[in-house]
Amino acid sequence: MLDKSYFYQENIPKINQQQIQILEQLCQACSVSGDEGEVRKIVFEQIGSYVDETKVDALGNILAIRHGKGSNRLRIMLAAHMDEVGFMITDEGDNGFFRFDIVGGIDERQLVGKPIVIGEKHKPGVIGAKPIHLTTKNERNETISLDSLRIDVGPENDNHIKIGDRATFASPFLQLGPSILAKALDDRLGVLNLIELIKHAPENIDLLAAFTVQEEVGLRGAKVAAYTLDPQLAMALDCTPASDLPIWDKDNYQAAEEQLENAHYNVRLGAGPAIYVADRATIADPRWVRHLENIAKKYQIPYQIRQPGSGGTDAGAIHLQKDGIPSISVSVPARYIQSSAGIARLDDWQNTLALVYFSLADLTQEFFSVDR
Amino acid sequence: MKSLIKTLVETPGPSGYESQIRQTIADIIKPLVDHLEVDKLGNIIARIDSHSDNPKTLMLSAHMDEIGVIATHIDSNGFIRFTNIGGVKPESCPGGHVRFLNGTQGVIGTEIINTNKENLSLENMYIDIGIQEKEQASVRTGDVACFERPFIDMGKRLVSKAMDDRISIAIMISALRALKEKDINPIHQTFFVFSTQEEVGLRGATTASFIVDPDIGIALDVTASGDTPKGVRMEVGLGKGPAIKVRDGGMLSDPRIVDWMVNTAEAAGIPFQLEVLEKGTTDARAIQLARSGVPVGCLSIPCRYIHSPSEMVDIDDVENSIRLLISLLEQPIQLDY
Amino acid sequence: MIDIKPFLKNLISTSGLSGFEGTIRKQIKEAWQPFSDELGLSRLGSLHALKRGNLPEPRPSILLAAHMDSIGLMVNAIIDGFLRVSEIGGIDHRVLPGQFVTVHSRKDLPGLIVQPSSHLLPPSDSNAPVPLNYLFVDTGLSAEEVGKLVRVGDLVSFAHPPLDIGKDELSGHSLDNRASVAALTYCIQELYQREINWDVWFVATVQEEETLGGALTSAFQLRPTLGIAIDVTFARSPGSPDHLTFPLGKGITLGWGPNIHPIFHKEIKEIADKFEIPYKLEAMPRHSGTDAMALQIAAEGIPTMVISIPLRYMHTPVEMVSIKDIYRTGRLITEFISQLDGTFMEKISWENRA
Repeated sequence: MLDKSYFYQENIPKINQQQIQILEQLCQACSVSGDEGEVRKIVFEQIGSYVDETKVDALGNILAIRHGKGSNRLRIMLAAHMDEVGFMITDEGDNGFFRFDIVGGIDERQLVGKPIVIGEKHKPGVIGAKPIHLTTKNERNETISLDSLRIDVGPENDNHIKIGDRATFASPFLQLGPSILAKALDDRLGVLNLIELIKHAPENIDLLAAFTVQEEVGLRGAKVAAYTLDPQLAMALDCTPASDLPIWDKDNYQAAEEQLENAHYNVRLGAGPAIYVADRATIADPRWVRHLENIAKKYQIPYQIRQPGSGGTDAGAIHLQKDGIPSISVSVPARYIQSSAGIARLDDWQNTLALVYFSLADLTQEFFSVDR
Repeated sequence: MKSLIKTLVETPGPSGYESQIRQTIADIIKPLVDHLEVDKLGNIIARIDSHSDNPKTLMLSAHMDEIGVIATHIDSNGFIRFTNIGGVKPESCPGGHVRFLNGTQGVIGTEIINTNKENLSLENMYIDIGIQEKEQASVRTGDVACFERPFIDMGKRLVSKAMDDRISIAIMISALRALKEKDINPIHQTFFVFSTQEEVGLRGATTASFIVDPDIGIALDVTASGDTPKGVRMEVGLGKGPAIKVRDGGMLSDPRIVDWMVNTAEAAGIPFQLEVLEKGTTDARAIQLARSGVPVGCLSIPCRYIHSPSEMVDIDDVENSIRLLISLLEQPIQLDY
Repeated sequence: MIDIKPFLKNLISTSGLSGFEGTIRKQIKEAWQPFSDELGLSRLGSLHALKRGNLPEPRPSILLAAHMDSIGLMVNAIIDGFLRVSEIGGIDHRVLPGQFVTVHSRKDLPGLIVQPSSHLLPPSDSNAPVPLNYLFVDTGLSAEEVGKLVRVGDLVSFAHPPLDIGKDELSGHSLDNRASVAALTYCIQELYQREINWDVWFVATVQEEETLGGALTSAFQLRPTLGIAIDVTFARSPGSPDHLTFPLGKGITLGWGPNIHPIFHKEIKEIADKFEIPYKLEAMPRHSGTDAMALQIAAEGIPTMVISIPLRYMHTPVEMVSIKDIYRTGRLITEFISQLDGTFMEKISWENRA
């Protein structure tokens, strides 16, 4: 598998075939915001014997605590969200055709002509598309509206599918050389990293793990989880879009003189974990940013600063709870998240896990000795 | 007064990075208050203890942060792409001056090809810090800058960037000075909160109000004025006195608080106006929703050209706001329904 | 026992715009006082009425939220005696020209919302809707009189009286959400005559139409074990899509989505089945648009449910609701609470989900 210079450290969590298998299980689960049961079960199976306390709160968050050793331990909250973007069936069926709506943010152009799975039982369906033969040229220039799309489960099946059922893309899970291709990498990568951190929790901290719900519909689970756990510091483990495709006219030799580059948003695969200085929901505590950069340099872990701008993570809700919780987000970069399948590098995944692990292991009360 | 305002507006403090302005304010107010602490989001929470029997707790909040920009990418020629911190108006940017927190100065340029009035946005602008290539850059992704514009004293009118909301800070500090000089003890247990990150979502006030948990809250902030040619259609204008906010885009003031403010102004002979603002909100909204709820109001300073680098206020409005604030600190309030 | 129709007619004849709920609160308080063990107010003015249960302490509690505020307008400028207004809550401006209103100034003044003719407006398509900031309220009084009586910040509410329509329907403004307040009033009266196990908080919330502030702060203060928001939903009418609306008078709706606890939903559904109360499932894929959004995330989080009464022409002065549906809502909540006992919370634990 991967080989890293920091692997000499004891207790460092490593990505092997076993982790890839758990990730496959997680990514294939159908857990749309508000209906996270399938992932909840897998998480419980994984963390059960490693934690000192667990509880599932009113919204379905798993709050799990693993105590460290020694005195004066820091209470750190780590959050990863169990929900994914997906669909909900919004009407009674008409001979197997069901209207549906999007839950969370998915570009409407990603929907048409896709196989899907419905509910925990993964019943099959398709989002149909008109055959090209029956379309007009004008029509093909317009985006197909969500209102005109239907989920089709076949004419005999509709009494098993009901209004309110959730659905997700039916995408395969594949290991492609150095990459993983799967749906819901946002945020099953975060969820698995949190599981691994629980299993390898450093002893200097009390690890307050929150496997949150409903991040994609407004960071709702994280809000109440943070209120309950009341930590000293927090970190959100998420997945952020990598936008490293070639710009549209890169092969235009005239333009090449101007060295056109994607100047706007360019988190890249292979450049390591993305550290957030700011997004729309949070301005990270600068002490956290400095700490993570120091750790990355110390253990020679590559990293990138995630472009400030749009987007939000659970940290957005967490840092405003009670009297304030200094927070930051660290994400695995992945292409095409919030479409039918994303692509991430094993390397980035391992480096993110290592960065977070070491940042916790090397955390002391010194953190608070300077002003933010 | 004017030199205090000048000092405050010229000190940098974009949302999330308020340490310089925080230090400036803390140094000035420390001798004027009974207690001062800084919370986890960087809010200054200062307190004057009331000597009255059973005082109500009053939280005043003015925000220290200003809008700014944050670097998103340094291109190979050393041009810096950026996005906004808070409500930056694209039309205020081209040709503007910025200064990063590490002192680096820059000017804002605009792409020419494919850019027109309709699609002008921060996406087709960049900051030029006067270098030729990326390697010379003293700025990196994530670095933060404020707008720069000199303070202008026009006599009755004052112009600067960051009048929003340093002018309210000046008002709070002047009130504190007056309390000290005239040996006035407020009727209410009063918290002077200088909040952070208001411009990005009232974030500082959210945690500060959780900590203080007051009986009443009053935000001090600027509000728009309707007195410029074909401008925003509202009644508030410069020079007509502080505005007592009835509602804005994010909150409805508690009618008991509005009445208290109006009666106090009338009794003290202070000119005032009533304000209905359709877009925009203040720390008062965050305070109102804290814990089990807080009745709130807002003392607004009319201001032209908000969120441009040339915000304009009227010095008489400022003086009258100070008078009104001090009167409110001496005026009891009934909160019964 | 309450006769809902006249009670509701009274409720919607009283003004109570978001942020200024004092008058309507007084009316609801009078109606609820004889049937509650304790009555109080939140700091923002929500009304809290408690009926105590019999389980030993610490006793679980359920909070029933129906917002008492309604939408309306507020004076933002006075020009030559004409009033310019801003909205409180969301109103389609096209509904406004020609509406009768009351201006709540130093005295209540009747008024009319008027649309200036096109030569008094900026150039545009002469048939286009006139935006709110060019409409006026005309009170018929002289500019001098208006100047003495009206101030910026004064409220303007719809003035149409309630209308009996059809056999069972009522039309008027503010049925969003006074219809739900009426349903809760039915429930508080019914439960008064019964022994129950749980504490019940009947809460008429403030400012739902603006910030959900009443629900958020009342839930934080009262920390209930469960929360139900009772609100209105879209009833079928021409032009409104069938799949987003429900037939008027044929039953109520039970919400389903991330804002609703799925097992709580199931338990309520079973009571509806048992007592033959007709209902439909209302899919709420992302949010419910009700007080439940705030209830669910107060403090450490609360399991929530949304029960809705179909209503036509929401946020206009001619809203229409079926009185039968209001009784159905009241009955469903009453019967649900009557069977709540000490085992309920285990039933809805996420860990026990089948």
